[in-house]
Amino acid sequence: MIVQQIIFYAFALVMVLAATMVITVRNPVYAALYLVLTFFSAAAIWMLLEAEFLAIILVVVYVGAVMVLFLFVVMMLDINMVPLKEGFIRNLPVALLVAAAMAVELLMVIWSKSRFGVDLFPVPPPTPAGHSNTQALGELLYTNYLLPFEVAGVVLLVAIIAAIALTLRKRTGIKIQDPARQVRARRDESVRLVKMKSEKPQGG
Amino acid sequence: MFDTVINLLETGFAWIQSNYIIWTLLKIVVITLPLITAVAFYTYFERKVIGAMQIRIGPNRVGPLGLIQPFADVFKLLLKELILPAKANRFLFVLAPVITLAPAFAAWAVIPFNDFLVLADVDAGLLYILALTSLGVYGVIIAGWASNSKYAFLGAMRSAAQSVSYEISMGLSLVGVLILAGTLNLREIVLAQQGGVFDWYWLPLLPLFVIYMISGLAETNRAPFDVAEGESEIVAGFHVEYSGAAFSVFFLAEYANMILISGLTAILFAGGWLSPFEGVPVLGDTFLAEGSILWFLAKTVVFMFMFLWYRATFPRYRYDQIMRLGWKVFIPITLVWVMFAAVLTVFGIVVKGA
Repeated sequence: MIVQQIIFYAFALVMVLAATMVITVRNPVYAALYLVLTFFSAAAIWMLLEAEFLAIILVVVYVGAVMVLFLFVVMMLDINMVPLKEGFIRNLPVALLVAAAMAVELLMVIWSKSRFGVDLFPVPPPTPAGHSNTQALGELLYTNYLLPFEVAGVVLLVAIIAAIALTLRKRTGIKIQDPARQVRARRDESVRLVKMKSEKPQGG
Repeated sequence: MFDTVINLLETGFAWIQSNYIIWTLLKIVVITLPLITAVAFYTYFERKVIGAMQIRIGPNRVGPLGLIQPFADVFKLLLKELILPAKANRFLFVLAPVITLAPAFAAWAVIPFNDFLVLADVDAGLLYILALTSLGVYGVIIAGWASNSKYAFLGAMRSAAQSVSYEISMGLSLVGVLILAGTLNLREIVLAQQGGVFDWYWLPLLPLFVIYMISGLAETNRAPFDVAEGESEIVAGFHVEYSGAAFSVFFLAEYANMILISGLTAILFAGGWLSPFEGVPVLGDTFLAEGSILWFLAKTVVFMFMFLWYRATFPRYRYDQIMRLGWKVFIPITLVWVMFAAVLTVFGIVVKGA
């Protein structure tokens, strides 16, 4: 148990520090890399909660795919920090107001003893050794929660199609290859054999 | 005298076995040391094989048959000067090769060498492999960015886009395997393929098998998908600024990844440690019909050889064609075949373990 606590506090510390760095470092590439570290520590903490499927999926999806593309974009952009910081002082009062409202909301949830607190959520009994987290999740998703799951899938599909539709544009005046047409190409469309008489040598 | 030594050894061994951390560390050493040696000799193997295919001799100067050549290469690389480019990001520049190498080795934790030889027999083994192979791309991106060089950065961008694209088709091929096997545990996936060469998953999942191998080539940035380092276009890609030991770590990671993909192909599609002659009556109980670690190693070497064979055979793909192949050809095929795998399972055409 003591080992688990050491691991938990180590990862929790790294996670909180990294999350703080995400919003404080100046370099956006550093910020993205710190976010990767935050996700990774979060995955480790989920692993401690015996949610191994979610933990590994967090690494596969967010660390392995989303953040790679994010880094990709951040590195390509030449972000100039000066114009970004321009209206900082002017917008500060509004930002403080929003921040204060959010803080109050959070505190209201945390302080309400009836809905939130350690004693309300007792430690669940440890799962037996043969328990398959993935199978349990799959069974729930495809039986009890089938409809929400399918709806989520459709929403994602719509998002994909919308993103493609927004960026798709027909450009004229550029050379485009049509692989289907290239594959369909036949010999007799491009090669013409010509029969001609052999020429006589000059001055012969 | 002799007895006391034996006794001492036995108590020592018992103590080591009872100490979980030391015993696990020992297991890790037993897996990684042969792996590093295999990487060293894989480079020799590659040069010999490609030499033979191009009717050359290959390395034959250092040691008998040139067998000491990989060690000569290693010492040459280690003794070279480590150059840090001006304005490079020092910390990330040094970190990048380590990030590339670590997942390539860590993934071996769940690889079953035979029925009981596995470091961590975890339930979510396949997911773990997916997660770790998707981490390797960070080393490449960070190396390209931290080098403060345009060639390195272009190589890193190409590689990142390529890896992320081919990871999808690779993951979907794995989905086909896990639908048939009904488990994410690599050991159980092998056991589900029992029954001889035609019961392995390469046959019912033939398109996925081919796509997995090709995606593996693209994931490890090997020819014909080696545009990340395309010498003729961007000098050497993401590791152009690296020298000496740091470069050798990238090199090590690439070959370790190739061995890992070969081993995974053997486990997922070619029955792992199972014998191809299982159930052949003539062979009976001989070692040929029994599953053993030798079969696993033999299969892995066959797939490792294929990596070299492709390199010597195919010309480099053009970048836009790589992306087209990944997104418009492989992903649709895998999606359809995953459905087909589900049909095979539901109607009991492929039964696991029989």
